[in-house]
Amino acid sequence: MEQLLRNIFDNNIFVFTVTAILPLIWIVPYALVAIWLERKISAHMQDRLGPMRTGGWHGWSQTIADMLKLLQKEDIVPAAADKILFNLAPYIIFIAAYAAYAAIPFSSAYIGADINVGIFYIIAVTSLAVVGILMGGWASNNKWSLFGAMRAAAQIVSYEIPSVLAVLAVVMIAGTLSLQEINNLQTGWFWNWYVFQKFPFIFVAFIIYFIAALAEVNRVPFDIPEAESELVAGYVTEYSGMKFAMFMFAEFVNMFAVSAIAATLFFGGWNSPFGDFLGGPIWGVFWFLSKGMVLVSIQMWLRWTLPRLRVDQLMYVSWKVLTPFAFACVIAVGLWMML
Amino acid sequence: MRKYFIDIYKSVWSVLIGMKITFGHLFVPAVTIQYPDVKPKLPERARNRLYVNMDDCIGCLQCEMACPVNCIEIATVKSLPTDDLGTTSTGQKKKLWVTKFDIDIAKCCFCGLCVYPCPTECIKMTEVYEFSEYDRNNFLYNFVTLTKEEIENVKAKAAEYEKEQAAKKAAAAAQAKPATAPTQQPPPTAQQS
Repeated sequence: MEQLLRNIFDNNIFVFTVTAILPLIWIVPYALVAIWLERKISAHMQDRLGPMRTGGWHGWSQTIADMLKLLQKEDIVPAAADKILFNLAPYIIFIAAYAAYAAIPFSSAYIGADINVGIFYIIAVTSLAVVGILMGGWASNNKWSLFGAMRAAAQIVSYEIPSVLAVLAVVMIAGTLSLQEINNLQTGWFWNWYVFQKFPFIFVAFIIYFIAALAEVNRVPFDIPEAESELVAGYVTEYSGMKFAMFMFAEFVNMFAVSAIAATLFFGGWNSPFGDFLGGPIWGVFWFLSKGMVLVSIQMWLRWTLPRLRVDQLMYVSWKVLTPFAFACVIAVGLWMML
Repeated sequence: MRKYFIDIYKSVWSVLIGMKITFGHLFVPAVTIQYPDVKPKLPERARNRLYVNMDDCIGCLQCEMACPVNCIEIATVKSLPTDDLGTTSTGQKKKLWVTKFDIDIAKCCFCGLCVYPCPTECIKMTEVYEFSEYDRNNFLYNFVTLTKEEIENVKAKAAEYEKEQAAKKAAAAAQAKPATAPTQQPPPTAQQS
């Protein structure tokens, strides 16, 4: 991809810009559709209909209308807020969410940056989102925001360890941190995917990673930092208009990012499930995005199934259940590798 | 230790059961009624917008008196004996011109108390409940079927008739006066004594 662009444009800066912006072409429509989809799924799970009017067919353009509304809204900064941090926080969160896409392989031909520490870089950079949350929560000068931010900070130390350990189990089999390499190792039929390898240890690792990812993107049942019923809206309480939209957008971008990582690590990324059938770089994008979207849908499904956990319950789940199981997986996979 | 694993098993199992239930509900028909397109059936005798059938109104003012919020205003003019206003559907003869029948539906509390006393059943509750307006003044409903000119005409005629009647009365009184005058005088004999 990069080589192709180089041949066409013959300008390094331009090539890098295009490579960096390409994921946005997917992310923006995805976020619009995903927000609509979430509302529809939530509605139908509760025997409602959800948005039905805007745009005609089942309210398909509801999110577009909402976005236009948010764009026009007054940008309110609370008088007692720390203005610099307050204005910076949404962008930090979005940057953290978007930076992960640099190392996610969308297809065998396209990856933002094929670095040999891909998954390590992603885990490091997505943690930056908590800095943004903490910044926004502190700068808002609001008790709810601060509570939300503190909870987010308390949450990251809980979920990050099992999440990384689950990833480590995969990395041990693959022997590489580069996501493109990990994808190449899973080519072939779907039983070559890592979920089905070293059964059931990698499968358990996937479950652990997925649960930790739910906590990472602050979604139900781990939406403790936002917790509408307890904290109004947590760290986004004081945000309005486009800044609120930024938070929302970042949340959905993050959702897809963790789903994409899960798809890459455990479900073969851009590999077709049926060997060479519908293979190749173009179909690779299709397979990758559909795998990611399935996982995003499961996140939505879980959101409308489970109630919110308490803070101490999250700690219990993360430290006393997920972490030991993740360790057990790592050790079991390691022993299996030695055999 | 045993409890720890049982708890994990139970929680995973209950999450799966919950997911099954929510997934099942994805395909349950929604209970939502798409309101302006599909309207819910109103219960029998539902009380909504008032309607007055002016053909049957005899101007008895019973609804006006029954109204607890005074939202009905009626004015009537007596008809001439020569006028024929027709009869109501219940066979009652109409004797009054109804020159004003206003219902301020914004004031109306939809109690239905005006409906019961009506002798000809001309004021009634309809099934219409969508009558929001952009201007508050549009809530003042005029039910009178007579035009302005007709009302003026009727009023003028009635006034004329009244005058005539008054004149007649006066004339009758004047005629009667001389006849009765002597009786009003005290008996002369008594005065003399």
